[in-house]
Amino acid sequence: MEQPKEKLKLGVYWAASCGGCDISMLEIGEKILTVDSLADIVLWPCIADFKYKDVKAYPDKYIDVMFFNGAIRNSEAEEIAHLLREKSKILIAYGSCSYEGGIPALANFYSKQEIFDRAYHESQSTVNPDRIEPKTKHTENGYELYLPEFWETVRKLSDIVDVDYFIPGCPPAENTTWSAIEAIVSGQLPPVGSIIGAGNKSVCDECPRERKETKIKRFKRPHEYVAPDPEQCLLEQGIICLGPATRSGCEARCINSGMPCRGCYGPCADVYDQGAKMISAIGSVLESEDGEEIQRVIDEIMDPAGLFYRFSMSHSYLLRRRLVGAKEEMK
Amino acid sequence: MADITTAEKSPAKLTKEVVRFEPRIIGFLCWWCSYAASDMAGTSRLKYPPNVSIIRVMCSSRVDPAFVMRAFAEGADGVLIAGCHLGECHYVSGNYKTAARISLLKKTLAQFGFEDDRIRLEWISAGEIRKFSKVITDMTEKVRNLGPLNWRENFEPK
Ligand code: SF4
Ligand code: SF4
Ligand code: FES
Repeated sequence: MEQPKEKLKLGVYWAASCGGCDISMLEIGEKILTVDSLADIVLWPCIADFKYKDVKAYPDKYIDVMFFNGAIRNSEAEEIAHLLREKSKILIAYGSCSYEGGIPALANFYSKQEIFDRAYHESQSTVNPDRIEPKTKHTENGYELYLPEFWETVRKLSDIVDVDYFIPGCPPAENTTWSAIEAIVSGQLPPVGSIIGAGNKSVCDECPRERKETKIKRFKRPHEYVAPDPEQCLLEQGIICLGPATRSGCEARCINSGMPCRGCYGPCADVYDQGAKMISAIGSVLESEDGEEIQRVIDEIMDPAGLFYRFSMSHSYLLRRRLVGAKEEMK
Repeated sequence: MADITTAEKSPAKLTKEVVRFEPRIIGFLCWWCSYAASDMAGTSRLKYPPNVSIIRVMCSSRVDPAFVMRAFAEGADGVLIAGCHLGECHYVSGNYKTAARISLLKKTLAQFGFEDDRIRLEWISAGEIRKFSKVITDMTEKVRNLGPLNWRENFEPK
């Protein structure tokens, strides 16, 4: 790769995330040495000790490229999102959580209080007889201590600040990360707001399995059943695969390992709501002309909302489970 | 969405106005059957409540589940999808796909906290004008009883 005149200033930050995105950046292997020769790291909490006050001292737009992973779940992540927007020329939502809510946004099927009850009172490993819950402010010996405010609803980065580019994946595959880095270093970036590093088709387009237009008789979960035909589409063999509703770019890595696609690259191009698209796709592939049979097959699909919005809850029309006016028994 | 102003007024305004909740329902009707039924119900001067805003589609299978979710997200209190009877779809198998999609959509929406009556799938042929007016009346009353959905209020102002 051609050497830019000056070394790029690169940052990586994590909000509500598992750390997998940070690790995935190293998956590019020895190419990380190329990155090192082209760029200086000015913030990366996962690998080195940087303080927020160091970042606050940077001039505006000091960081050339900022990879932001993780969803926005509390007031700290929100504050840092604003800070990093100010300090960065290019802000990139890296990974599913930052781009579309990801796994943390599955918490949107619960309320904040339900999450606190489970985490601080009910979980099997918790002993908390005084029913202590984290408070945002506490005074001890005259000192005031603060914790960030935990939000009711998990958001994606672009709900908080303007985001320049999005890199999907949980975590992004090595080729996705690398082609995004290449686009950045070579300066050949698409219009602001684009997805970079991934494709514009669906996972089915990259999938080696074959569609045979067979009728689906039942749906089973992957741990209950091994699809007998190694060459036929998993969906057609009764395993829910999110391939038809998911953006290409990962080279169908789950299907190539024998598992169905779970949808981590988010909705395909021109689709906003991945879950709605998957419901539509399932309606199309059933190929049944018997109302009762259709109902029976649909009844076998367990936890459809969790399945279809596993990664994209913050990138959906409904965004969370109902809180206002919901009947008690539904909670 | 604009409000529907059909608040029941007491006769001659002797007592205070009773303002009841007027649900806003979006109805996706298939052009060949249910829309034709709505048309005929109108020309036959059948009465039914004005709460359903009708959107004509070529076939019930044209209704992407995203349309339904978006309608709810933007203020609808209920969504009706109506098409030809099974076996009578003008595109042969369109409504079987609709049946699967709406059933799966209902299951999904239940996990989001929706009551079942807020989304309804009906097969109404062009001649079934009484069924049409009955479905509209019944659904309007059921959604009225559920009260407003107010989806946007689920989020903190951000
Ligand atoms: S549904 Fe899954 S298994 Fe079938 S073609 Fe698409 S990606 Fe491949
Ligand atoms: S196959 Fe699906 S779930 Fe697996 S990496 Fe690709 S997009 Fe993600
Ligand atoms: S044409 Fe009426 S449901 Fe398909």
